[in-house]
Amino acid sequence: MIWNPTKECMSRDQMRELQGKRLHKIVEYVYHNVPFYRNKLQEMDLTPADIRSIDDIVKLPFTTKKDLRDNYPFGLQAAPQSEIIRIHASSGTTGNPTIVGYTRKDISIWSECMARSLSSYGVGRDDIFSVSYGYGLFTGGLGAHNGVEMVGASVVPASTGNTEKHARLIRDLGITGIACTPSYALYLAETMDRLGITKDQIHLRVGAFGAEPWTENMRTEIQERLGLKGFNLYGLSEIMGPSVSYECECQDGSHINEDHFFPEIIDPVTLEPLPAGQTGELVFTTLTKEGMPVLRYRTRDLCSLLPGECPCGRTNVRMSAIHGRSDDMLIIRGINVFPSQVESVVLTMKEFAPVYMLIVDRINNLDTLMVQVELRQEYFTATLDSPVAIAELEKQLAAKLRSVLSISAKVQIKAPGTIERSQGKSAHVIDKRKLY
Amino acid sequence: MTISQLSIFIENRTGTLLKVLDLMKQSKIQMIACTIAETAEYGIFRIICSEPQRACTELKQAGLAVAISDVFALELDNQPGGAADVVRFLGDAGVDITYMYAFLLGGRGILVFRTDEGDLARKVIADNNLPYITEKELAGTV
Repeated sequence: MIWNPTKECMSRDQMRELQGKRLHKIVEYVYHNVPFYRNKLQEMDLTPADIRSIDDIVKLPFTTKKDLRDNYPFGLQAAPQSEIIRIHASSGTTGNPTIVGYTRKDISIWSECMARSLSSYGVGRDDIFSVSYGYGLFTGGLGAHNGVEMVGASVVPASTGNTEKHARLIRDLGITGIACTPSYALYLAETMDRLGITKDQIHLRVGAFGAEPWTENMRTEIQERLGLKGFNLYGLSEIMGPSVSYECECQDGSHINEDHFFPEIIDPVTLEPLPAGQTGELVFTTLTKEGMPVLRYRTRDLCSLLPGECPCGRTNVRMSAIHGRSDDMLIIRGINVFPSQVESVVLTMKEFAPVYMLIVDRINNLDTLMVQVELRQEYFTATLDSPVAIAELEKQLAAKLRSVLSISAKVQIKAPGTIERSQGKSAHVIDKRKLY
Repeated sequence: MTISQLSIFIENRTGTLLKVLDLMKQSKIQMIACTIAETAEYGIFRIICSEPQRACTELKQAGLAVAISDVFALELDNQPGGAADVVRFLGDAGVDITYMYAFLLGGRGILVFRTDEGDLARKVIADNNLPYITEKELAGTV
């Protein structure tokens, strides 16, 4: 079902006109309310009057994660504190977290975007929907929660943690939908296996997966193990939270709520906009946000905008899956390596669980890559009961990795359950090189 | 003609051996012989024990990667060259031994080996009347 056909199926001309009007308005708004942006625009000799159509967006300055950190906590907030009704903070691994304040209107738009996503997945009033993103400072939990309430399904605010209890609730309540990270979905599937909860005892039908990049192989595995259809849900707290974009039933790219978040793809090195269809860094401008609007925010996510119309009837532009992040990309012996590439290979071998760890090091000035994988309990058989046989299996995986990554990697097979499962964003890399 | 051996894939790390041994203890399963094929990162812990099937189930439930391997257990002459004579019969017939170890059972030397040529090994053992230990005999000793 299409939640808001007026906006989701708008003609391209109308959309661009709407985006142009909103862009002008938001630039005027930040110019008068955020000294950071006023200074930047003045340095570039720009005034809001220079921004007339959406094509003028390329004149505007970029915003980076560092800008958000440098202006901690409220430096980029445009609305007065009295108008802010909620504050989230993004998980920062270094330095200050990013603080994002939302006005009542922001929360309402966010809920609308989330409702569009859920409707697109086929979630409606009759569903019992469990939100298993973390509730708290992270935008995932409450963001998804508001959307589920808006579409009128029964929300089960399961959050993360206590996975065994959650698994039993999924069975006992007949929960039909779940929103969580894809790695948590796999963790849940493992937990169900351990508890002896089988696929025919549960009624899961829809999964809204996001907050970390995932692959088609991972989707296949989750769908198979939980018996649901898994949809991508993309978002980031700097822009809004989950539901900046969402997949439809075609599962071919995620539709961007571009009446609120305008996407661009740029070359991460030259910062020049790239032609449609090319892969580069995704940049968003919030067109309607009041609390903390951002102009041309560099997401560091690498993807492309898909050309052509979607058979589902929505006209809002689609983004491809995230190919990696310009900042988690590893350069090993001069070759770009994305952990997601390793994941796609690991998932092709049934002997291994869908968890892995990349350990990068530099020994005698030579970069080394080790990939740790975990043997699946049920695939350890009598034929594998000698180090020779295990080494043979390691060799097989190493050969596959080499063909995908173009560099050789040492493979280390670990016992079941010995690679740490992450319940939030997966951490898959240990880089021991001191490059910075 | 073969007996069941437990093969357990364990990390080469403090505490993993004890975990296995404690589980065996709790399940009241007696070990008769064991050996480890170790590498820098992991080891294959091989155990001959009472009730191997139950042991396998219990260890699996504890999340361990465990398999049952069929191995041959031949009785040796307790004198120098006893093992050599047995292995010569096998080698001459073209039976490749994947791994081998030995232990004493009631004063008798027992040679345990695994091979991928099980049928050929059976034939060699039968043709030469090599004395072997059965699962039943083993169970009777504990």
